[in-house]
Amino acid sequence: MLRRTPQHPDALLMERAQAVKGRSLLADARRRLFRNKAAVVGMVLLGLITLMAIFAPFLSPYGYSDIDYDVISCAPNWWPADPYTCHAGGLHWFGTDIVGRDLFVRTLYGARVSLAVGIVATFVSLLIGVLYGAAAGFIGGRVDGVMMRIVDILYSLPFIFFVIILMVIFNQNFVLLFVAIGAVSWLTMARIVRGQTLSAKQKEFVEAARAAGVGNLGIIWRHIVPNVLGPVIVYVTLTIPGVILAESFLSFLGLGIREPLTSWGVLISDGAATMQSAPWTLIFPAAFMTTTLFCFNFIGDGLRDALDPKER
Amino acid sequence: MAEAVLAIRNLDVRFQTPDGQVHAVKNVSLDVKEGEVVGVVGESGSGKSQLFLAAVGLLATNGRTTGSALYRGQELVGAPSAMLNGIRGSKITMIFQDPLTSLTPHMRVGEQIMETLRFHKGMSREDAARRALQTLELVRIPEAKRRMRQYPHELSGGMRQRVMIAIATACGPDLLIADEPTTALDVTVQAQILDIMRDLKTELNTSVVLISHDMGVIAGMCDRVQVMRYGEFVEAGPAEEVFYRPQHPYTRMLLDAMPRIDKPSREGHSTLKPWNELKPTLLTVDDIKVHFPMRIGGAIFPKYKPLRAVDGVSFTLKEGETLGVVGESGCGKSTLARAIIRLLPKTAGTVVWCGRNLGDAGENEIRGLRKEFQIVFQDPLASLDPRMTIGQSIAEPLRSLEPGLKGREVNARVASIMEKVGLDPAWINRYPHEFSGGQNQRVGIARAMILKPKLIICDEAVSALDVSIQAQIVDLILALQAEFGMSLIFISHDLSVVRQVSHRVMVLYLGRVVELASRDAIYSDARHPYTQALISAVPIPDPKLERAKPRQPLPPELPSPLDTRSALMFLKSKRIDDPDAEQYRPKLIEVAPGHFVAEHDRV
Repeated sequence: MLRRTPQHPDALLMERAQAVKGRSLLADARRRLFRNKAAVVGMVLLGLITLMAIFAPFLSPYGYSDIDYDVISCAPNWWPADPYTCHAGGLHWFGTDIVGRDLFVRTLYGARVSLAVGIVATFVSLLIGVLYGAAAGFIGGRVDGVMMRIVDILYSLPFIFFVIILMVIFNQNFVLLFVAIGAVSWLTMARIVRGQTLSAKQKEFVEAARAAGVGNLGIIWRHIVPNVLGPVIVYVTLTIPGVILAESFLSFLGLGIREPLTSWGVLISDGAATMQSAPWTLIFPAAFMTTTLFCFNFIGDGLRDALDPKER
Repeated sequence: MAEAVLAIRNLDVRFQTPDGQVHAVKNVSLDVKEGEVVGVVGESGSGKSQLFLAAVGLLATNGRTTGSALYRGQELVGAPSAMLNGIRGSKITMIFQDPLTSLTPHMRVGEQIMETLRFHKGMSREDAARRALQTLELVRIPEAKRRMRQYPHELSGGMRQRVMIAIATACGPDLLIADEPTTALDVTVQAQILDIMRDLKTELNTSVVLISHDMGVIAGMCDRVQVMRYGEFVEAGPAEEVFYRPQHPYTRMLLDAMPRIDKPSREGHSTLKPWNELKPTLLTVDDIKVHFPMRIGGAIFPKYKPLRAVDGVSFTLKEGETLGVVGESGCGKSTLARAIIRLLPKTAGTVVWCGRNLGDAGENEIRGLRKEFQIVFQDPLASLDPRMTIGQSIAEPLRSLEPGLKGREVNARVASIMEKVGLDPAWINRYPHEFSGGQNQRVGIARAMILKPKLIICDEAVSALDVSIQAQIVDLILALQAEFGMSLIFISHDLSVVRQVSHRVMVLYLGRVVELASRDAIYSDARHPYTQALISAVPIPDPKLERAKPRQPLPPELPSPLDTRSALMFLKSKRIDDPDAEQYRPKLIEVAPGHFVAEHDRV
C-alpha cells in the first residue's frame, strides 16, 4: 500500500516527462536478480566452471584417460622445482589418482558429464512436466483427476528400484541415465505447472481476455504460459542440482557412468576409497561439486526472490 | 475536556524499501482527549494507518519511527516491548479492517476473548468466561453462549468484526483505535457495527480513533476530524467545521468527490443524460437462473445441492439506457452479469440480444458478438495481464475480433481511445504495475470501449478506487456514454454511485429482484423493506443529517443461500419450514408505472 502513492493530476504531469519505455516485470526481475550478491557470485562461479568444462582439452596437456604408472597417487604439485612431490611427467595441479591419471583434467571431464546430465535430464523433465501439467490444469475436471492420479502412482515407485530395473533390462549406458532421472523428476514439475495453471486460469485477466473474444489457444499462449513461466524457471534451477546429486549417487553406487569416462560421482566414489592415503582425490572433485550445487541453489533462491509477485 | 489520553508529538515514520526510502508519516502531532472520537480521514497511501501503528509500536520491521507518543504521560515510542504488551490489548486496543486475518483461526472465539482477559487482568478461567460472555452480549451477538464455542470461520464477516470489537473492549480500554473497521463489510452490516461502536463508546467512556477513507462514516461518528494527505495533516478541526467550512482545497476536493445518495446531480460533476424511452430494446433477459451445484457431503458418491446464485431475474434494457444493479455481497449481481454475456453458463432462462437468442448461439457466434458487449472489471490490476503492456491489453479485443486490421491501424485506434479515456498515448509500452489503480481502470475502460460496443457492463468498476479517483472514473464513464451512446449495466454495492449514474435501478436480494424502478422513484419512494433498509444504511457525509437520520430496522445478515427458506426472508407468511422444500416465489407487482416491487409482508 505504501509503495505506490496515489497519483494525482500533478503527479501525472511529472510522469509525462519521464521515459515512455515501460519497465516490464522481467526487466524488474532482472534488476533485482543482479542486486542479489549471492546469486551474482553463483552465476559468475558457475560460468567459470562451465567454461572450464567446455575448454577442458585445452587447459591441460593430459588426456582424461592417459594412464601414467610413474606418477601413481601423486600429491598436487604446482611448481616444477618442488622437491617433495613427484613431477616426473610434468605438473599435476590436482595430483593424480591410483593409476596415475591427472585429476585436474578428470575433474573437468567429470564436470562435463555431471552438468550435461543435469541440464539434459532437467530439460527432459521440463518438456514432459510442462506439457503434462499444463494440459491437466487447463482441461481440468475428470481428465485432470485421472492424469494426476497417474502422477501419484508413479511417485510411489521407489526411485533406486526403478533405476536398477532399467539398468538390468537395458544394460548400463549413458543415455539411459538421462532417461531414468528425467523420467522421475518430471513428476514434481508436472504438479507445479498444473497448480500454477489452475490458479492462472482463474485470474481475472483470463476472464477479461475471454470477454475480449480471445480463443482458447490465444489464452493459453498469451496469458497462461507467460504467467506460469516464473515459478517454472525457479524450479528448473533447483532441479538441476538435484539431478546432479542423483547422478552422483547412482555413480557412487556403481550404477552410473562407466570407466574411463567419469563424472563427479565416480570421482568422489574413487576418492572416498583412497581418502586416507591420497585425500586430494576426494577433496578436489567434492569441492567442485559442492561449489556447483551451491551456485545453482543461490541462483535459484535469487530468481525466486526476483520473480516473487509479493515483491511487487 | 480533560487531559490527553494519547499525545502524539512530531511523529515521523520512514520505510526502507528495495525501491528507496518512503517517508510515510511526516512530523505529525495529534492529541486524543478523554472520551473523544477523533476521525482520521485520507485516501490510500496517506499514512493514516502507519501513524497509529507506529504510535503503539506495531510498525513493520523495515520502518523507523522518531518523535514521541505519550499515553497518559508514558512514552510509547522506543519503549521496551514488555511494557508495550502491557498497554496494548488492555489500555489501547485496535480493530483492523479484515476480521478474518486478525482472529486466530484455530482458537474458539470465546477462548480468544478469555486469553486477553486472563493475560491482562489475571482473571481465573471462570471469571474470564463469564466476562467474555458479557462482552459478546454487549456487542449484540445473538446466541452468545453458542458462539463462544465456535471458530472464526464459522462466523460471517459482520459477526467476526463484532468479536474483534468484543476482544478490543473486554478489558475496558482507554483508547480504541479502529482502522477502517467497516470497509470490508456490506452497508447494512456497517450500519450495525457503527451503532454498536457508538453505544459502547458512551457506555465505557472510551476515547476512539476512527481511521477511515469514508467521509460518511466519519460524519456520523466523530467529534473531531483530521484530514491526512501524503503523511501530513492538511486540515484539523471539529467535525462540523471541517464538513461545513472546509479550508484546505484537498478537504474540499474529498467532500466534493464523495457521491451523495441524497444529491444525485451536483455542480461540477457530469450528470446523467436523460434517456429516450422510445429507443429500441437492446437486451431482454427473461427469468434467467444460474445455479451452482455445491457438494454437501458424501465421500465416494458426492451429494449436490444447488446454490441459487441467480434465481429468476428478468429485465429489459434499451439503447442508451443505464441500469443500475444494487445488492450486498453474495446477492448474485456479478454472476448475473457474467451469465448475460455468457462468461458463465446459465441454468435456465433466455437472453435476447437485438432480437437474437444468445442461448442457442454457438461458441464462434458468441465470440463474434462480443464486439457488441464488453465488461469492465472490479480490480483494475488483476484484470490486466501483468506481462502485457497496456497497449497490448487495449488492442487485444481488436486483434481477436477484427483480425483483418493492419498493425498501423490498430496502433492508431489504440492511441485514439487512450486519449478519449484520459491516458497519454505515449504510455503505450508501459506495464500495469507502473500505474495507479485509477489509471489502470482507465486502461480497462479503454479495452472495453475500443470496439465501440453497444453495451458495457461495469462490474463494481469503481468500488476498489479512492473517492477522488472514483469521481473521475464516474465522470469519464458518463462522458463516454454521452459521446458514444452505449447502454450500461452498472453493478455496484454503493447506492450513492448507482444513483448518480443510473436511469433505472434494480435491487437484488439472494439472486432475485426485490425492487425495480426509475432512479428517483427508488430512492424517494422505496416500497420494499429491504430497499428501504439499504438506503437508510448508506452514510451521508454531513454530520447533522447523518446523526439525525431515522434508523430503519435492518435486515439480518444474508442467510445461507443453500437454504431455500432464506429467499422468503421478507415474506415469512408463505414460508414452508423445510430447508429443502420448493418455496413460493414472490411475484413482482407494478405499484406505479415502471415501478416493480416483490411481494413482501407488511412491516
